[in-house]
Amino acid sequence: MPESSLDIFPPKVKDICSSSIECRPSPLRQSSQSSLPLHRNYMLSTFCTEKNVQECLSHISQEVSSLGLPPVWMESGGSSEMNVVAVLNCIYDLIQLHRRGLRTLENMEVEQLKSSSNLDYLQLTSTQLKEQLELSKRENTGLLERERQLQLKVKSLQNCLKNEKEEVQKLQNIIASRASQYNHEMKRKEREFNKLRERLNQLLVDKKEKKQAIDVLNNIGRADGKRSLWKTEKTEAKHEGEMYKTLLSDYDIRQRELLLENAELKKVLQQMKKDMVSILSSKKPTLKDDQHQDDDIQADLEEEVFDSSKESVELYCVHAREKLTNSIRLQWRRLKSHVERLDNQASLAQIGRSKNTDAVSRETHEEEMDRLKLEIQQCKDFIQTQHQLLQQLSSPYDEEKASLLSDCYMLQEKERFRDEWKTLEEQRKIFERERRNFTEAAIRLSHERKAFEDDRATWLKHQFLNLSPFADSNKPQMSKSKSAFLISKTEASAASAPEKLIKRPSDTTSPTPRCVPLTSPSTAELYPTLCLVPENRSTKPKRLTEHVEESSNFLNGNVPAQHKHWNDREDHSSHTLTKEKTSSI
Amino acid sequence: MNFSEVFKQSNQLCKVSPDGKYLATCVQYRLVVRDVSTLQILQLYTCLDQISHMDWSSDSLFILCAMYKRGLVQVWSLEQPDWHCKIDEGSIGLVSSRWSPDGRHILNTTEFHLRVTVWSLCTKAVSYIKYPKACQKGIDFSRDGCYMALAERRDCKDYVSVFVCDDWHLLRHFETETQDLAGLEWSPNGCVLAVWDSCLEYKVLLYSLDGRLLSTYSAYEWSLGVKSVTWSPSSQFLAIGSYDEKVRILNHITWKKIAQFEHIATINNTKAVNEICPPPVQVPVVKPDPDRANPKIGVSTLAFSSDSRYLATKNDNMASVVWVWDMQKMSLLAVLEQTSAVRCFQWDPRRPRLALCTGNTKLYLWSPAGCVSVQVPTEGGFQVQSLNWHCCGETLILLGKDQLCLCYMDTDQEDK
Repeated sequence: MPESSLDIFPPKVKDICSSSIECRPSPLRQSSQSSLPLHRNYMLSTFCTEKNVQECLSHISQEVSSLGLPPVWMESGGSSEMNVVAVLNCIYDLIQLHRRGLRTLENMEVEQLKSSSNLDYLQLTSTQLKEQLELSKRENTGLLERERQLQLKVKSLQNCLKNEKEEVQKLQNIIASRASQYNHEMKRKEREFNKLRERLNQLLVDKKEKKQAIDVLNNIGRADGKRSLWKTEKTEAKHEGEMYKTLLSDYDIRQRELLLENAELKKVLQQMKKDMVSILSSKKPTLKDDQHQDDDIQADLEEEVFDSSKESVELYCVHAREKLTNSIRLQWRRLKSHVERLDNQASLAQIGRSKNTDAVSRETHEEEMDRLKLEIQQCKDFIQTQHQLLQQLSSPYDEEKASLLSDCYMLQEKERFRDEWKTLEEQRKIFERERRNFTEAAIRLSHERKAFEDDRATWLKHQFLNLSPFADSNKPQMSKSKSAFLISKTEASAASAPEKLIKRPSDTTSPTPRCVPLTSPSTAELYPTLCLVPENRSTKPKRLTEHVEESSNFLNGNVPAQHKHWNDREDHSSHTLTKEKTSSI
Repeated sequence: MNFSEVFKQSNQLCKVSPDGKYLATCVQYRLVVRDVSTLQILQLYTCLDQISHMDWSSDSLFILCAMYKRGLVQVWSLEQPDWHCKIDEGSIGLVSSRWSPDGRHILNTTEFHLRVTVWSLCTKAVSYIKYPKACQKGIDFSRDGCYMALAERRDCKDYVSVFVCDDWHLLRHFETETQDLAGLEWSPNGCVLAVWDSCLEYKVLLYSLDGRLLSTYSAYEWSLGVKSVTWSPSSQFLAIGSYDEKVRILNHITWKKIAQFEHIATINNTKAVNEICPPPVQVPVVKPDPDRANPKIGVSTLAFSSDSRYLATKNDNMASVVWVWDMQKMSLLAVLEQTSAVRCFQWDPRRPRLALCTGNTKLYLWSPAGCVSVQVPTEGGFQVQSLNWHCCGETLILLGKDQLCLCYMDTDQEDK
C-alpha cells in the first residue's frame, strides 16, 4: 500500500520526497530521534504513542486543516472517538493529495528533464554555432585577403592594358602615317604616269617632232685653257689614280691629326704621371710599406728622366706605349692607396670633431678621386682606340719603318729569286763542266779519229800495195783497222742523223787525211753525235725553256684576262656615255 | 647697316656671281646684271620666255637661263655680250638645268627624268646618262668640282654612279642598300658620299670615293625617318635631322652617333633667348595633321656655321623657333623665338653670324655676342621672304615676293 505506491518512484524522487518531507519538520519529529527515512521501506514512525494521542490528534487535525481538508477531528468534548469516516476521508484525501503531488512532481521532473535536455541541446548547438562562426570569420578574412590581392592584380593588369593600348595606338599612328605616305607617293607616281601617257599620245599623234639641238655662236675654250683629251685607257687609269690619290691624301691628313692628338694625350698622361709621382714622393712615409714605394718612386723618377729624352721615338713604339699606360696605372694605384690611407688617418684623427667637416673632406677627396679616375679611364680608352687606329694606318706610311716595310713585300720574291739564281748558277757550272768534258772528249775523239784515219790510210795503202795473198802480216793491223772501221761505221750511222757534223769524211774513203778543224763544236751539236746525253741533264734545259715558255704564256694569258676585265667593266656600265657629233644648222 | 633701294625681280631668281663682283637678277624674261657695289646695270639680256631658273658658271663668265615650259636653255656671256647659245631640248622637255663645275657643260634633266643630257659648250658634243632618279637630291658635285655623284634607279633598285667631271668618264657604279634613295651629298673634302633613304625608312649610308661602303646608320625603325642631312664644313660631322624632332650628329672617324639634340617644348636651361626670359620657357608647338603625307613635323632645316662651331636647326612643328647648338660643348646654346614662322635662315660665310627672316619687314641677326633686329626701310613695306649672304660676308641680299633689296653691314658688329 503506501510502500507499493512508493515503489514506483525512482530513487531521485525518493530523495526529493525525503527532502520535501524534511522541509517541514514537525515538532514531534524534532523531539523524536527518528532517523530520516532514507530507505524505501517506510518504517513505522514513532510519532504517535498511546500517551500523546490527543496531542497527535490535535496536531494532525491542525495539519489537515492547514492543508485545506475538512477537519478530521472535532474538538468536541468528551468523546475521544475519532470519526472514522472523517479520518478515512481525510486519509483518502491525503492520499489523493499525495498522488497529485507525486504526479505534479513527476510532471515537473519530466519537465525538468526536458528543459535540461533542451539546455544541453542548446549548449551543443551554441558551441557548434560558435565554431561555425569562427570558421566563417576566418574564411571571411581569407576571402578579404584574396580580394585585395585580386584587386592589386586587376590594377596591374589595367596598367598593362593601358600600356598595350598606348603602344597599339602608337603603332597604328605609325601605320597610318606610313599608309598616307605610301598613298601620297602612289598618287604622285600615278599622276606622273598619266602625264607620261598623255605625252606619249601627243608624240604619237604629233608628227612634227622637235629634235634636240644646240645653237652656239662659237665654241668657247675650256675653263682651264687646256685641250680636251681623248678617252683612253690611260686617262681612265689616270682618273683612278687621281681618285686614289685624293683618298690617300685625306687619310694622310686624318692620320696626321690623329697622331697629333695622340701626342697631346700622351703628353697629358706623362704630365699626370709626373704630378702623381711628385705628389707621392713629397708625402712623408708614415708606414713601413712606404719604403718600397720610395724605391719605386726613385726608380720611376729615373725612368722619367730617361723617358723624356727619347720621347718622340717612344711614341711610335708599342712597348713604350704599354709601358706608359702601365706606369700610369701603377702610379694611380699608389696614389689611390695613399689617399685612402690619408683618409683613414684623417678620420681617426677627427673622431672627436663634428662629422660635417669630416664628411666634407672625405667627400671632396672622393669626388676628386672619382673625377681623376674618370679622366684616367677616358684617357685610357682614347689611347686604346688611337692605338688601334694607328696600327691600322701607321704601318704602310710610317717613315721610320717605310724603308724596312717597302722591302718586306719583295722579301719573299727576293728569296725565291736568290734560290733560283743559285740553282741556275749551279746548272751553269755543271754545263760548263760538261761542255769542257765534251770538248775534251771531242778533241780526244778527233785525235783518235785522226789516228784511226791515219791507220786506215796506212792499212789501205798497205793493202793496196800488198795486194798479195800474203795478208797475214797485216792481220793484226787489219783487225785493229777493222775495229776502227767498225767504229767508223757505227759512228757514221750515228752521225747520219746530224747534218751539221763537220767530219763527213767517214763516208768518203779518200785516203787523204782530212784536216779536221779543231774548233770545239757547240755542246748542242755534240749531243746527238755522242749519244752521251744523260737524261737528267737533258731535262734541265728543256725545263728551262719550258719555264720560259710558261712565263710568257702567263703574261699573254694575263693580257687577255686584263682585256677581258676591262671589257667587263665597260659592259658593266650598261648605260655608256655614247658620244655623238651633231652639227647645228 | 645700310639698305639699298628696292629693285624688281621675279621668281626669287637673284644670284651673286661666285667672284662676288656681279649681281644677276631676272625680271620676267629679262636678265639684268649689275655691279654689286654700285648696283649699276652692266648688261641686259632678253630671253625667249619667262625664266624659270638662272645660275652663274663657276668662273663668273657665263649665266644660264632655263625656261622649263619651252624646254629651252639660253647661255649668256658677260665678256662678250654678242655671244649667244641656245639649247633646245625639243619635245623631250626640261625639268631642271645646271652648270657643271668647270663652267663649260650644262646638264639638263628631261621631263619624267628620262635621261640627263650633258651639253658641252666647248665642243657642241652631247652625252646622255640614262635612268637618273627623280628624288629630292639626285645629283651632287663634289666641292672641288672633280666628281659628280648621280642617283639612278633601274629594275626597282637604287644605284649611284660617280663620274669624273673632266671628261664624264664613269668612275664607279655601285648598288646602294636603300629601299628608295632620297638624296646624296658629298662631304666637303670630297672623300665620302652620304646617301640617305626616303622618310619611310631611317637609313643613312656612307660610301667612300671609290665606292666602298664605309658605314650604315639607322637610328630607329618604322617611324618616319630622315628629313634633312648636312655636312659640317670641316667634314668632321654629319648632322641628320629626322621626323622624330631630333638631330643626330655622326663623327667622321667612327661614323657613330656622338650627340643627339632634342627639340623639346619646354626649355629649362637656355642661356640666351631672343628676349631673355627666365627658364622654363615654353615653346609654341603646332601639332601637324596626322593624316597628311609629309607632315610638318621634324627637323627640316640644318645649317652649320662656316667654322663648324655652331649648328642652326628648325623643327617644323615649332616653326617660329630657330635653335642654335654649340658643337664644341654639344649642347643647346640659344633658342631664337620669333613672332611668326621662320622662313629662311643662313649663316654668314665668314663669321658665326646668323641672319633669319620670318616674312615680315624685319631682318634678324644673331651672333654669340648678341642679336639684333632691323626694320627694312622701304616704303610700301618689303616683306623679307628669303635671304642670301654675299660671299664676302658683308652684304645680304633680301628677297621679297617680287622685290629685292641689298643690306650692307657695317664692319663693326652691332650688339644688343
